[in-house]
Amino acid sequence: MFEYLKRLYHKFGSPRYFYDLTGKMLPWLVALSVLLLIPGLIYGLGFAPPEKYQGNSYRVIYIHVPAASIAMAGYVMMAVAGVIVLVWRMKMAEMVAKSVAPIGASFAFICLVTGSIWGKPTWGTWWVWDARLTSMLILLFLYLGVMALNAAIENAQSAARATAVLSIVGAVNLPIIKYSVEWWNTLHQPASIRMTSSAIDPEMLYTLLTCIAGFYCLFGALVILSTRCEILSREQRSSWVKKLVGVS
Amino acid sequence: MNRKRKQRLIIVLGVLAAVGLSTALITFALRENINLFFTPSEIAEGKAPIERRIRVGGLVVPGSVKRGDDLQVTFDLTDNAEQITVRYAGILPDLFREGQGIIANGKLISGTLVEADEVLAKHDENYVPPEVQEALEKAGHPKKVPQ
Repeated sequence: MFEYLKRLYHKFGSPRYFYDLTGKMLPWLVALSVLLLIPGLIYGLGFAPPEKYQGNSYRVIYIHVPAASIAMAGYVMMAVAGVIVLVWRMKMAEMVAKSVAPIGASFAFICLVTGSIWGKPTWGTWWVWDARLTSMLILLFLYLGVMALNAAIENAQSAARATAVLSIVGAVNLPIIKYSVEWWNTLHQPASIRMTSSAIDPEMLYTLLTCIAGFYCLFGALVILSTRCEILSREQRSSWVKKLVGVS
Repeated sequence: MNRKRKQRLIIVLGVLAAVGLSTALITFALRENINLFFTPSEIAEGKAPIERRIRVGGLVVPGSVKRGDDLQVTFDLTDNAEQITVRYAGILPDLFREGQGIIANGKLISGTLVEADEVLAKHDENYVPPEVQEALEKAGHPKKVPQ
């Protein structure tokens, strides 16, 4: 088992293998995200029952929660890739880490904006400096910092190592975001979806889970697309890329 | 794993542990400042500064909401141990009702009175459609009194 995983890990380290395999995965991921997101969002935004106290404004949950979850998962991915870059010097991890940053940043931005739009009618304010909101804003700034650092260093390999350090250090923020609502008094409510008993009506919950799954597929597809572009641009001198794009 | 990689892995994990530990210490030291609001119990213990702007959070005590002229309203907040009275003039958020979690932002006049200039509703983690809530109330579950 371990040997198999190790072999798989080494295979994925090869840009060519990664490019071939993700090329096969991509249409499935896109199809799956369309199949989940279109019914999920239409039902969630249009037909799911309104909430007792918030009325229709709660519907932003079907975008806000998936975006928040993906923004954090994307950062985990970037930090893990960062460890691989620093320890194993794997080129593929450099490319993945670089590709995740702007996509994760977009989801963090969507999370903050939708939360703000929901906060105005529900709480009575667009923004409050509580631990959850502030740590989420820091996550967005960390993403932007990683992107800026990547853009500032010309040499791809040095850029990858520098950003790897930043993303690993920034990973400290992730448990703070997750547990901020439990460790401190915040305006933001604690998590509604829990492993045991969820504090959310089943009809809303299954719609929400559909949207979360759909957004994750979309995120996967976006990361793969962006990484494939990165592979082609970095490996443009290798013979297999030349053959692929038809220049000799 | 060869020696060099092992060494690098240890350094990376060591840095992460050090950063994590220092962040934990900093946030622990600043926990009073990170908390968004004081609870009525903390105010009763004298933890909140008098004559300063503070935020106080708690549940609106049922039956305590009194409306005066020109949007004047007073109500009591409780954390099920202590109570504090909030005086406020302005528009209350849609979610404001008796039993609802509220955060009031304003000046602490005395140990029992806050003159608020902003009232925020704190939504809890429960999401229920109207008919389910009605069914629950019919079955004798504690009722949240609409105002």
